[in-house]
Amino acid sequence: MSRAGAHRSGVPGARRPRADETAPGELVVEARDLALRFGGVTSLDGVSLRQRRGEILAVIGPNGAGKTSLFNCLTGAYRPQQGSVTFWPQADRPTELVGRRPHAITRLGVARTFQNIRLFPALSALENVQIGTEVRQRYGPVGAILGLPHARRAERDGVQRALSLLDLVGLSHRTHELAASLPYGEQRRLEIARALGTGPSLLLLDEPAAGTNPAEKRDLAALITRIAGTGASVLLIEHDMRLVMSVATSVVVLNFGRVIAHGTPGEVQRDPAVIEAYLGVTDDTGGDAGIAGIPAGPGAATRKDVR
Amino acid sequence: MSTPPAGQPGPGGQLGPGGAATVPLRTGGSPSGPADASGSGSVDASGPAGSSGPAGGPARPGWHPAVLFTPARLRQLGVLLLLGVLAAIVTGPTGNSDKPLQAAKDSIVDVRIVLYLGLAVALWVVLVLGAELRGALERVSAPVRAPIGAAYGRRGGPIVLNLVLLAIAIVAPLVVSTAAQQSMVNDIGIYALLALGLNVVVGYAGLLDLGYIAFFAIGAYTTAYFTSQTAMPWHAPFTLNPFFVFPIALILAALAGVILGAPTLRLRGDYLAIVTLGFGEIIHLLANNADNITNGARGAFGVPHLSIDLLGIDYKWGIDPLPYYYLLVVIIVGVMIAFGRLERSRIGRSWAAIREDEIAAEATGVATLRMKLLAFAIGASVSGFAGVLFASKQFFNPQSFSLQASFFVVAVVIFGGMGSRLGVLVGAVVLQGLAFYLRDKAPPADRYIYFGAVIVIMMIFRPQGLVPSRRRRREIQLAEEGIGAADSLGVAPTGGQQ
Repeated sequence: MSRAGAHRSGVPGARRPRADETAPGELVVEARDLALRFGGVTSLDGVSLRQRRGEILAVIGPNGAGKTSLFNCLTGAYRPQQGSVTFWPQADRPTELVGRRPHAITRLGVARTFQNIRLFPALSALENVQIGTEVRQRYGPVGAILGLPHARRAERDGVQRALSLLDLVGLSHRTHELAASLPYGEQRRLEIARALGTGPSLLLLDEPAAGTNPAEKRDLAALITRIAGTGASVLLIEHDMRLVMSVATSVVVLNFGRVIAHGTPGEVQRDPAVIEAYLGVTDDTGGDAGIAGIPAGPGAATRKDVR
Repeated sequence: MSTPPAGQPGPGGQLGPGGAATVPLRTGGSPSGPADASGSGSVDASGPAGSSGPAGGPARPGWHPAVLFTPARLRQLGVLLLLGVLAAIVTGPTGNSDKPLQAAKDSIVDVRIVLYLGLAVALWVVLVLGAELRGALERVSAPVRAPIGAAYGRRGGPIVLNLVLLAIAIVAPLVVSTAAQQSMVNDIGIYALLALGLNVVVGYAGLLDLGYIAFFAIGAYTTAYFTSQTAMPWHAPFTLNPFFVFPIALILAALAGVILGAPTLRLRGDYLAIVTLGFGEIIHLLANNADNITNGARGAFGVPHLSIDLLGIDYKWGIDPLPYYYLLVVIIVGVMIAFGRLERSRIGRSWAAIREDEIAAEATGVATLRMKLLAFAIGASVSGFAGVLFASKQFFNPQSFSLQASFFVVAVVIFGGMGSRLGVLVGAVVLQGLAFYLRDKAPPADRYIYFGAVIVIMMIFRPQGLVPSRRRRREIQLAEEGIGAADSLGVAPTGGQQ
């Protein structure tokens, strides 16, 4: 526990007050009572969640807990049967997200990556990011065909921003290579760059560290911190507890479609319900053994076993 | 069928990029396309002598004839021999229905088949030697060419190639018969234009539109409506110069595209194909049966030729096909340039994104429905535009807008290479050229047998088309390796993932 705390203190602005205690004006997104069912299967069962602007919020939970379903509801890929999602692109402009199409939500400023990487495999790294940087461009087919000044300007601007984003995620040397030809870890980073290209105020990362090696995980943690430093809020699904504990300012734990705990990483680690969900035993003593079990990393492995 | 790319390390290393480029059977040396940019350049630079190939295979002097008999090469020979047999049958005697197989037998047990098979083998030898020679040349010239290529940018080659092709297109009609000229306008030119339009829908946006010819019909009938009092029972109270009908037809066809597309583009792949197929049939049957509007099966006769009388220029297009031909060349070149720019713009990239992964495209902020609709409208407007040209050039009846015509345009696009402007042009030339050639060789009803055979062979051995676009080629390669779907024509994953 003390170790996690030490990590956290390294993150700029690790704040004490919990998300649900803050004034609404500081929020970037608030989901209320989301329910999502597929036939008889309930994927989300009354999930509520609030995230403050600039915060790195981690969503953890065993496989099938509804984490990705939650993401899909926030980004418009699924439409929840019940509940609402309010998003503040700016502090004074609350916007309802449920019922909007994914691309409209992206344009409002919610970008995401996918659990199983979904790049445009036959396009170059640059083109992948360009598609992101061009979301708010307005020029149409006539402008493109005639090469009108505003279209050219927009095009140049898109390339510039894409290049600087590739630089940010450390892929400058891959600019013209096909997305599919990049190594796995770089594909993950390219996907983040593409999402950042859309200029999000809320970035949703779905298991960004899955399948990456320890060095890449360290880079990723630094990258996530840097992204949050630029003013974007990050909502993170991650199984790697070490990463979660090192970057997250607060944590929400899902199990069976419900929020079973939320709080700072330290608080969540000690929560008996969380320990039970992860290890499948009730540990009333809340002893050190149970706590140590989570951050030490076998979290991911445990879940795979459960599945 | 699946040649393990690494299965031929020795020869593979020797053939290099040249070998891959000329073996039409597969896109073999997979990275050859992108590698042009950086890979091969650096490899060649590191070993200018060419003695130590990238695969580290046997040294150059130990050249072995076994290189000629790699599986890919043998398959190539097989295809050529098959084509030889096909050519023998095509040029052989015409059959009759009493003995359906007699003609095939007659043409196969004939001396001529030796000639064709000989030709096939000779062609194979030329291809193989050409590849070898090109590989050798590449090795020798790479160190020289690399800096030149870098200095002139990589688009220098295509520009020269395009100019040469344009020159051929300008000169070609002057050396052929009038009948061939007619065919170059009515068949090749019009279909090239149609295919360029459909290429936006099928090649860029990845939507299968089987009723594409309907927009062509809309363009043609719009022309008849506005330009002539006699062509159809239903006509405008005034007559317009056909040139003024171009924008009208363009807008009407685009509108029809949007009206058809708006409710149907939510459908995926096969469903969209069926809806468009139905739409094509509706338009065709309307044209055929609405006697007192379109003159029914008798067709519209007497649409005036194009004429221009503006700013001191007074010119009338007439029965002579040549002026129409050159007008078409100008239009096609214009459309190709326009679509090239479109493809390289934000819009073209959005289409590519939709084609490769619609979910990810949507999540990256691409308004997928709107972009698809745009592709549909652009394709339809080109089709309507072509319809105006077609109507003013010649007499037409609903037969010109049959299902077969729709399929033919799709075949041209697929055969030539989806997503490649030059490809669909070549596709139109080859397929319509074949049609023209078969005109007095085979009965009309049999012609589609040959088209079918050509396309079947093409799809088996070169699914990316004759002149594939670079993007498309990569996508097909990746799909063969199991990464991503080659297009959104197949089953696409829906919703999120978990």
